[in-house]
Amino acid sequence: MNWLIAILQTLLFIVLAPLLAGWLKCCKCRLQNRKPPSLLQPYRDLIKLTSKQPVVAGQASWLFPIAPYLVFSATVLAATVVPLIAVDLPTSASADVIVMVGFFAFARFFLALAGLDIGTAFGGMGSSREMTISSLAEPAMLMAIFTLTMTASTTNLSVAINHVLNDGLILRPSFVFALFALILVAIAETGRIPVDNPSTHLELTMIHEAMILEYSGRHLALIEWASQLKLMLYGVLIANIFFPWGIAESFTAQALGYGLLAIMGKLAVLAIFLAIAETLVAKMRLFRVQEYLSFAYLLGLLGMLSHIILEASR
Amino acid sequence: MILLLAYGAVLFSFASGLLALMMNQRQVLLGLSRYWFKKFPGSHQQNQSVLEDNLQEARYPDALRQVVFVLLGLSGMFAVLAGLGVMVGKEAVTDQISLGLPWLPWHVRFDSLSGFFYLIIGIGVAAVSLYGPGYVRAYDESQHPFAALGLFTGLFVAGMLLVLLADDAFFFMIAWELMSVASYFLVAFQHENPANRRAAFLYLLMAEVGALAIILAFGVLASFSDGFTFDALREAKLSSTWASIAFVLALLGFGMKAGVVPVHVWLPEAHPVAPSHISALMSGVMLKVALYGLIRFCYDLIGDVHWQWGVALLIVGTVSALGGILYAMMQANLKRLLAYSSVENIGIIFMVLGLSMIFMDNGQPQLAALGFLAALFHAFNHALFKNLLFLGAGIIQHQTHELNIDLMGGLIRRMPHTSKLFLIGCMSISSLPLFNGFVSEWLAFQTALQVDALDNGVLRSLIPVAAAALALTAALAAACFVKVFGMVFLGQSRSRHCDKAHEVQDKGMLAGPSLLAGLCFLIGIFPGMVISLLNSVAGQLLGQTLPNDSALGWLWLAPVSAKQASYSPPLVLIAALIAGCISFWYLRRNPATVMRRAEPWDCGFGGLTPRMQYSCHAFTMPFRRIFANAWIVDERIDKDLQGAMNQDVAAIRYQLQVQDHSWPRLYEPIARGVDCLARQVGRIQTGNIRVYLGYSFATLLILLWVVS
Repeated sequence: MNWLIAILQTLLFIVLAPLLAGWLKCCKCRLQNRKPPSLLQPYRDLIKLTSKQPVVAGQASWLFPIAPYLVFSATVLAATVVPLIAVDLPTSASADVIVMVGFFAFARFFLALAGLDIGTAFGGMGSSREMTISSLAEPAMLMAIFTLTMTASTTNLSVAINHVLNDGLILRPSFVFALFALILVAIAETGRIPVDNPSTHLELTMIHEAMILEYSGRHLALIEWASQLKLMLYGVLIANIFFPWGIAESFTAQALGYGLLAIMGKLAVLAIFLAIAETLVAKMRLFRVQEYLSFAYLLGLLGMLSHIILEASR
Repeated sequence: MILLLAYGAVLFSFASGLLALMMNQRQVLLGLSRYWFKKFPGSHQQNQSVLEDNLQEARYPDALRQVVFVLLGLSGMFAVLAGLGVMVGKEAVTDQISLGLPWLPWHVRFDSLSGFFYLIIGIGVAAVSLYGPGYVRAYDESQHPFAALGLFTGLFVAGMLLVLLADDAFFFMIAWELMSVASYFLVAFQHENPANRRAAFLYLLMAEVGALAIILAFGVLASFSDGFTFDALREAKLSSTWASIAFVLALLGFGMKAGVVPVHVWLPEAHPVAPSHISALMSGVMLKVALYGLIRFCYDLIGDVHWQWGVALLIVGTVSALGGILYAMMQANLKRLLAYSSVENIGIIFMVLGLSMIFMDNGQPQLAALGFLAALFHAFNHALFKNLLFLGAGIIQHQTHELNIDLMGGLIRRMPHTSKLFLIGCMSISSLPLFNGFVSEWLAFQTALQVDALDNGVLRSLIPVAAAALALTAALAAACFVKVFGMVFLGQSRSRHCDKAHEVQDKGMLAGPSLLAGLCFLIGIFPGMVISLLNSVAGQLLGQTLPNDSALGWLWLAPVSAKQASYSPPLVLIAALIAGCISFWYLRRNPATVMRRAEPWDCGFGGLTPRMQYSCHAFTMPFRRIFANAWIVDERIDKDLQGAMNQDVAAIRYQLQVQDHSWPRLYEPIARGVDCLARQVGRIQTGNIRVYLGYSFATLLILLWVVS
């Protein structure tokens, strides 16, 4: 039963991810006085891409067509770890939050290799930039997460969320710092403005898009889907760690339904905030990103220190 | 029985070394065999023909090389068996060998800790012995005699094994020196190149300085005890000041061999110039022997560790880990890069060992056991994947005659098997899930996150920062090895050598790395096997095993408690396979969407050339800008201008030199100081015989005065 719900939750993750992307696009269009596409447009795009014949460069090696499957699988695995509608699922025990960060690293490793495979200038540029940004973002993310895990004294996400639920609403300074650090990291890692712009193909600013420039057809669909999944993952992580109320603690149909509604509401609100931020803020120069990410790291560190100094039991 | 296996490993490695000396004795062997068969005719007709066949001039060198490496492989297998045996048996065995001085027999002790490092050496040597015959065949016999290579390889392996067996300070130092000196000759093997001689001299110098520090450290202990056996040293009652002095000396000595920043400079010089299978042994295995020395000295001989030492190890380890990977990232020479990456991994091991010491002194022996285990596990993993990567680099060098990453590219299509093995190595060292590097890193993070158990507020805030540094190191390592794999194997060939390269023909050269790659994956999926072995090491040395013994099944990894953290690689693997297969099957069901190959888009300019690709230095340029202070960067761009207004660029020359901070900051001042001192001493050497006679007379007077 537990495993069934876990699998169901993962499927929900996969199915809902394009919807979140559609909603985000919708909000952005409204804010910028444009007419939004349908909420279902990302699904249509994915279906269109999967039914097309993929074209692969002649000199591509076996790694190139395999990489999208690996990227997608790794991202799905990361999704199994994060509690979406219910806590206490067995899948969150099979891998903890450090493993989740590892899955992201896995996906990124292959994406960067695929970018280098064809031997075009854009691919190398994208890989180099992606690895730079991620290697700065990863410690900041772990810092923010360590703050949480030390408070709950566990790296198991489900147990940690339970801990937050049981403690009730306590304003912890460390959590405020960690929340902001995690938001900054999430923006950088999912390639949103001001770090990267997912809707541009301008060579000066491309990061993620430059790596996947050579992909088409179902390969591109998988990568797009994986990045939508990643966006949703970070959203759920922020929503459920810092505002876990509403998540199902028992496996009844009613609780699960409420859990689903709650997380969809939370994600919708988060997406609105993200859309507002993206509309207000301009994209950063590439070499300003390090300052941005070291700020995120600093916030994480401050969160950690305030936990140790202010909140720890002794 | 176990001791016999252990001795067998040493003897086989000696035998392989001695047999290599027979390289030039073909005639003698031929005569001997004829004499033998004449004296005892008839019985061994078949053997005789086989032997005669192998003693033919054409086949003799190959056959001898095979036999030498088979002996080396036997030594490795015996070492693995002995190590596993003693770890499973959980009994330390002791013995005495009456070699050396008559009143100083060599004491031998073989316990779990030695057994574990025996296992590491055994696996490394076994892989190298598979790989070796194919690799050394390329050497020109007249210029690079196999006799020297084989002899010193055998002695080197024997020296490492003996270090682990030693139970008294004398024996330990003899074995240690055997290891150092034999490896010096291996580094100097291709001595026609002045850079190689310089590297070898630097290595010898630092090895000897390190050995002096170790001798002094033993001396400190010995002055508080009666005798030089480890049993006597264990009994020594030291004040904490003297214990700390001994620790600092040991850290210096063993750290020099292990290659921690700032005494790491011999590593990136010596490893690239040694033959690849030797650099694999030196980096994968010899550094671990230095680690063994440090662990034996601190945990076993001194006994009660202080948390201040842990802090020292933590800081040294953090600096080494970050420095190592940052320097590695800037290297264009593949083997230099791997050598710097060894510095990084040793740094990680030291960090976790430091954590273990901190927990040990703060009354948390179970967490200390966790840290100790994580450190040893990482040592084991590093031995596996670094060996694999060095052997892979050897194959690349063998096939392309090139070590410069910037001149490679596209090898994945020309060397499919090598590329897969190398990819597994890169994934392990970048600590990606499902591979072994990740498990030890995960354990390291789990150790660091237990910091709430400590009372000291400074330590509690210092350790998370170290953990974040570890995270940064891991991320940088991933970037570095994306660069390596991407530049070497992917893209288009950047030179003619690489364009013409093809897969290595010798099966053994692929079998050695395959063994290591298989182990990397297997241990990544079932880490419980190694951890339960390590638990017995921790039990014997620290008297403490993991907090949650029962949770260590083959399926789950839950070192502290299942509630706090758990990781199940087999489940993750199954889930990954399911997800991958479903998407693979689902998306490819439609025959109309079969993959089509076409030319890549080149913006209409006609043809992508290899020079359009990102190069190794271009890839790391963002890092060079962000961490600018970590190196001494000398970047120069010269433009040849022409045209009426001097505005057209005819040619651009780009020069980049990235240097280690430790040379100008640490070593050059020391070298200048030594030079200056030598000049001062030189003043008393006047060259005048009367003055020298005067010196003799004065010395005599002083001695008489001292004696009376």
